[in-house]
Amino acid sequence: MAFQLIPSDTKINFVQFRFVALAVSTLLLIGSVAAFFTIGLNFGIDFRGGVTVEIGPGEGEAFDESSLTLARQAVDGLNLGDVRVQNITNPGGEQGIVAFIEAVTDGEDGDTRQNEIASQVQDALRGALGETISIRRVDVVGPTVSGELIQRGVTALVVAIALMLVYIWFRFEWQFSIGAILALTHDVILTIGVFAVTQLEFTLAIIAALLTIIGYSMNDTVVIYDRIRENLRKFKKMSLKDVINLSVNQTLGRTIMTSLTTLLAVVALFVFGGSVLRGFSFALIWGVVVGTYSTVYIASPLLLQTGVKRDWSESGAKADSAAAT
Amino acid sequence: MLRFNRWQTIGLALLMVLAAYVTAPNFFPKDDPLPGFPGTGLTLGLDLQGGSYLLLEVGTDDVIDRRIDNLRADIRTEFRRAPRLRFTGLERSGDAITLRVPEGEDFEAAETRLRRLSRPLTGAPGRNLAVSSNPEARQLSVTLTDEAREKYASDAVEQSITAVRRRIDNLGTVEPSIQKQGDQRLVLQVPGDGDSERLKSVIGRTGQLSFHMVDDTVGPQEIQSGRIPPRRLVYPSTDGSGTLALFETPDVTGDMITDASAQPNPDGGGFQVNFAFDNRGQRRFADVTRDNIGRRFAIVLDEQIISAPTIQTPILGGSGRITGRFSPEEATELSILIKSGALPAPLQVIEQRTVGADLGADSVRAGTIALIIGFAAVVIYIAFTYGRFGLYADIALFANVLLIAGALSLLGATLTLPGIAGIVLTIGMAVDANVLIFERIREEVASGKPSVAAVEAGYKNAWSAILDANLTTLIAALIMFQLGSGPVRGFAVTLGIGVITSVFTAFVITRVFAGGYVLRARPKTLKI
Repeated sequence: MAFQLIPSDTKINFVQFRFVALAVSTLLLIGSVAAFFTIGLNFGIDFRGGVTVEIGPGEGEAFDESSLTLARQAVDGLNLGDVRVQNITNPGGEQGIVAFIEAVTDGEDGDTRQNEIASQVQDALRGALGETISIRRVDVVGPTVSGELIQRGVTALVVAIALMLVYIWFRFEWQFSIGAILALTHDVILTIGVFAVTQLEFTLAIIAALLTIIGYSMNDTVVIYDRIRENLRKFKKMSLKDVINLSVNQTLGRTIMTSLTTLLAVVALFVFGGSVLRGFSFALIWGVVVGTYSTVYIASPLLLQTGVKRDWSESGAKADSAAAT
Repeated sequence: MLRFNRWQTIGLALLMVLAAYVTAPNFFPKDDPLPGFPGTGLTLGLDLQGGSYLLLEVGTDDVIDRRIDNLRADIRTEFRRAPRLRFTGLERSGDAITLRVPEGEDFEAAETRLRRLSRPLTGAPGRNLAVSSNPEARQLSVTLTDEAREKYASDAVEQSITAVRRRIDNLGTVEPSIQKQGDQRLVLQVPGDGDSERLKSVIGRTGQLSFHMVDDTVGPQEIQSGRIPPRRLVYPSTDGSGTLALFETPDVTGDMITDASAQPNPDGGGFQVNFAFDNRGQRRFADVTRDNIGRRFAIVLDEQIISAPTIQTPILGGSGRITGRFSPEEATELSILIKSGALPAPLQVIEQRTVGADLGADSVRAGTIALIIGFAAVVIYIAFTYGRFGLYADIALFANVLLIAGALSLLGATLTLPGIAGIVLTIGMAVDANVLIFERIREEVASGKPSVAAVEAGYKNAWSAILDANLTTLIAALIMFQLGSGPVRGFAVTLGIGVITSVFTAFVITRVFAGGYVLRARPKTLKI
């Protein structure tokens, strides 16, 4: 017998925990929204506009403790306003220094100004640390582009959630749709919340991560819904509560298994994928955990609240769904 | 459902061989390809091989603005042709040029005259000018039609692409890619470890070159106090030696130059730029230098005087030089600008992403390590959980990675770091389909079905959930592809392809093995 994490006869009464889960989720949601509005997200230059310059030591050289101070003095000396200069460990393990410069959006020539800043910062860093330093990364995002990126990011999230809603509506019925979308929105809000609390940089890649979380959480939810629908057909006399419990338990092995394999992959990405992917893989780890939780504790029990059609036979498919609850 | 005929099995094997065949060239250097293998292959994204991505905005508004300004001169010329028509108040208001026809002059004739200026656009439907008239106020106004604006803007973008490509080529960069994006943007991607600042300064300048005579009667005092005679231009010198007044009409322009190159100045310090004129330029330059010995002429680049030498002897040979104590880099840059020709409109860098080659190499290494470790962890875990069936799923997982690589190679896709992340994530999620099937088989076994029936039912009953679950991820990937840019797109592509291939390998490939096993061995109890 191969290894089985969740015994086949597991009978956890998930539905019973629904009020606890609801309370916990509500608190977390409030916390996330509050964090978003009080602390706010640490937007990367993708969304805020600005300049990032990352440097590393030249070949055969190394930075020492004074390097950061020198770099900071050099960049501060340019009087560019809001500037951050900090150490960074590169994927290769060597020390580097990053300078972040806030957006300069005032005036029509914001774009021109930023390109000048990028060049000034590189010159200043070369001047302070030597001509041989390697310029590892230069990002310049002008005010025009950053505005568009925000708009496209938000559009992508809204369109994704809307399409999921329609999809579930077509494949199941609207009551399922509501549960799934609430669970999805829950996952997205909690992920945004954790980024506000941890102050990890919120970049374009995090939008991609959010979309992936939406896809993943949906995936999880759909599998359980599929089973609920199947059991509703099979056990016509069983109470909805029992059907939901049975379905969640039957699919629990799969839910845990898939979450674990996905987690294995994204943790590998988080640990070994380097600094560029760190925020992205962190969002995914969080998303997988939250997505799994919301599927089991939010999406499924919510069906008790919305009620579902009980008669899934072909002839009854057109029956009024409200009457069946 | 569990039985595959021989041809189906051979077909699957062939598919895998094909995937391996198109993937293989990736493991050999591009300049030393494997004989007998296709020239397909992935391109590494700039974030992995190092390079610069620049999003440029073409100042099409400037082009249109200039066109409207030029209309004024056109109108003046047209109205002065015999029989001459009088007009007053020729001026620009907003996007139009307006004028008044004085009392006693034939208003209708004036309107007809103005309409004659309007011509059909070349290579596009419609005409270039729209004339509107107000007979009561005796006012006429002319402006560009929407079609003309569109045409001029898109022409400017096309010409910019050509000019930028010429400049980058002259810079000696390999394989730059320039694409139009939207109505007035260009995406310029230049691989390699070049200096992005140099790149930006080469493409960021309009490069409008012209030769003007200096008006030495206008001294520094006049310039200071603004007492400039009409039709003179006042431009600053690049070397900081002050400003000069020049005659507005250029004697020679940059488009008459055929070649330029940088070279050390034999007469002293610094570098100089040599240039050669075409026939027209040679004649004009010879005439001007012959008639103006002892006077100064100015070489103007983008409204700045880069040199203003005194003419010593007539220059008849059709070539000249610009000296000005340039550094070698400045001289090279200048020669590139002169040789490549002017941009039709100013270009503005509105987004830049530059990655150094060493950071790119680090990212490739980190991405590969994450891929291998993630893959190994999932493979071991699945084998541990499902035993023999887990191994089947692992085979499917290998096949999945091979198919993703094959599909990306065949499409000639660009692999970015987020793209690698997409593959790693797909590996984690790909086993989901198999998990669904295997958990289902476990249930069927638990409900007392014999092994063959249990396996068969497992595959059959899991299908609906697999389809639904993967379609949602596919929807997310499509949205990312549609609305995302650069790196996000790379992620969307691998995620999307990965979803499709994973459903195929999980549902078909494992079934070949699992079906083959239960049909052959007919185990009494199924170990899963």
